[in-house]
Amino acid sequence: MKITQTTRAADSSVDMMINMGPQHPSTHGVFRLVLQLEGERIVHAEPHIGYLHRGSEKLCEGESYAQVITLFDRMDYVANLNSELGFCMAVEKLMGIEVPDRAWYIRTILCELNRVASHMLFYGVFGMDAGAMTPILYGFREREKIQSLFESVTGARMMHNYFRIGGVKEELPADFPARLAGIVDELKRAVEECDRLLTGNEAFLARTRGISPLSAEDAIDFGVTGPILRSTGQIEDVRVSEPYGIYNRFDFGIPVGSTGDCWDRYYIRIEEMRQSLSIIEQAAGQMETGEIQAKMRRIARPPKGEVYVRSETPRGDLGVFLVSDGGPKPYRVKVRTPSFSNLQAIQHMLRGAYVADAVVVLGSLDIILGEVDR
Amino acid sequence: MTALEVLYYVLGALGLFTFLSVTVMVLTYVERKFLARIQQRMGPMRVGPYGTLQPIADTIKLIMKEDILPSWADRPVYWLAPLVIFLPALAIWVTLPVGEGLVLRNLDLGLLYIVAVSVLSVLGLVMAGWGSANKYAMLGGLRAAGQLISYEIPFIMAVLGVAMLSQSLDLTRIVNDQASIANIIIQPAGLFIFLMAGLAELGRTPFDIHHAESEVVGGPFVEYSGAHWAIIQLAEYVNMFAIAALVVLLFLGGWRWPSMPFEGTGHDALSLVWFLAKTYGIVLVIFWIRGTYPRLRIDQLMAFGWKVLVPASFLNIVLTGIVLFYGWHWSVLTVMSSLTLAAIGYIIYRRPGTDVRQDTVRVVSARDAGLKPASQAAKPLSGEPIA
Repeated sequence: MKITQTTRAADSSVDMMINMGPQHPSTHGVFRLVLQLEGERIVHAEPHIGYLHRGSEKLCEGESYAQVITLFDRMDYVANLNSELGFCMAVEKLMGIEVPDRAWYIRTILCELNRVASHMLFYGVFGMDAGAMTPILYGFREREKIQSLFESVTGARMMHNYFRIGGVKEELPADFPARLAGIVDELKRAVEECDRLLTGNEAFLARTRGISPLSAEDAIDFGVTGPILRSTGQIEDVRVSEPYGIYNRFDFGIPVGSTGDCWDRYYIRIEEMRQSLSIIEQAAGQMETGEIQAKMRRIARPPKGEVYVRSETPRGDLGVFLVSDGGPKPYRVKVRTPSFSNLQAIQHMLRGAYVADAVVVLGSLDIILGEVDR
Repeated sequence: MTALEVLYYVLGALGLFTFLSVTVMVLTYVERKFLARIQQRMGPMRVGPYGTLQPIADTIKLIMKEDILPSWADRPVYWLAPLVIFLPALAIWVTLPVGEGLVLRNLDLGLLYIVAVSVLSVLGLVMAGWGSANKYAMLGGLRAAGQLISYEIPFIMAVLGVAMLSQSLDLTRIVNDQASIANIIIQPAGLFIFLMAGLAELGRTPFDIHHAESEVVGGPFVEYSGAHWAIIQLAEYVNMFAIAALVVLLFLGGWRWPSMPFEGTGHDALSLVWFLAKTYGIVLVIFWIRGTYPRLRIDQLMAFGWKVLVPASFLNIVLTGIVLFYGWHWSVLTVMSSLTLAAIGYIIYRRPGTDVRQDTVRVVSARDAGLKPASQAAKPLSGEPIA
């Protein structure tokens, strides 16, 4: 057993280095966190990423614009559609394509459903990280319903490849409105059920309330976005600050925390599920028949230029920087993924925390390693 | 000791071991089915009708699996640890009565023996943690040792409260003493303290800190596999059943309360059923807690132990002593103990001095945050190309 001696001469205690991950049940994938421990306290945490690096950004340069969408599916593999949307919007902006209304409604409904699915997964694994074993089964049960709906729409449960540049792949199945209405009702009940199971639990509050709070200044300095930034009290949501698509047609709320601790990060996501379901209901009510694909050439050839497009995924601000040289393939794609930026704060947040907190804090960041490493 | 006595103890020990092994099998099945119900799934369904043969399949699987020895392990410590965990778990059953006259050897100091022997399991956990040469195991083993004192004192004090009421450490006498009125009515706070300390001793949720899967990945047992792992699990479940049995014996009147309609042999046989029914009831409560509660952090368990359970258990002793000294009616103690329990409940629920607010998240309307309605927005869809 390798135990390293600290440099402090005053006391004789020794620090223990512990390698959390890449094979650890609570690192949410292949993430490695090297912890320097003094008893149960973390003196220093060193995150190591790159175990899931597939070179997605470089691969994008070798594919046609339509094919790149499949690579974006594999970045945020829990909120695939949100990820696809980021790239499609970038190409559309570069080409100046006006996407038909119905396509936008379909996109919005599916993206918000995917947000709920992603947050349901978060709910489950966060409960697991805090030591409760039931939430993960509740969360997965609800996510399963959404995925089976996705399957009926896109033909795939996760890697959809459904959004197209200028629209969506195909029309919704005939039974979609009925199934959607049923699922939204079930999800509304499920959110309340999940809320009752975990939110006010004394042990859960003890484990998350006041744990590793992040101040708004620090959050902004680290480039943290999404629910984690909102938990610090900042009202920042790309759907509102830089509205895209048809979000300005809906009445919805942005959950904002005040303490920036793990509990706020958790509860914001529960609240976001409610808001997303409300958006879905409004969108389903407003949706009309029409075109689902903009008129454009079969093979997208954006003009020479560059573009940066932001969108709000369940994890935060997804930025896609796209450079085109006028050819059929992107010249350069750079993705600013929310998980990557959010993860930057972990070293700061874990200083002085307990080992048990490391798991909860990492869980509260809700990172997706496919997005961190790309 | 005559040959007959030796034979009695050998057969008794074998019978006890068989009883406990079967009980553990039943417990694993009940736990999986009960948790599955809480989590809205089926649980084991494939092996035998309703999966009833699952425990047997599990046992066979575990025995046939390879027993892995980590290359850096401290061999003697590593191989001995499961036995050190298992033997105390088995040994306390020597004096635990499971029905009228159904006890291998009734001891006058039975409770003292149980409390003294049951603590030894922790030594096994530390040995397993050290011997595995794994940092997670080490951390888990030290956690087990670190939290020991914080729950052991309230555990002993709660037992002492019952011993004071019955003026005895003999479990059969304690049970007989509760024939008319069970200790749960006299000392509800005592039951709560005992159950909480018992959960901590077992390492069950919400105190499953030393083998927390999401933190130390199984703690001291992370490197074990096959039969050794099975022995450790066996010990865990035997211990859990023992704690449930102790709750029933000390607080729920064992097989005596509420009294049974039969006398004679019928009573003796039925007393076992009555006792087991109650014990399984407590076991289900433990499973229920596991299905619904997250895990506390080690410092929170220690704070809970030292700041809540230890003072409450001392208060319990003092109140019991006062009532006994002045010879007041037992109902006075009921009231005092209920107030103690209410105070504990308040401390758990409000946790004075800490932040338990649940209203820190507010929902800001997107309109208020600056999202213009569709009619006012310039152009809702994708913008112009940036050439």
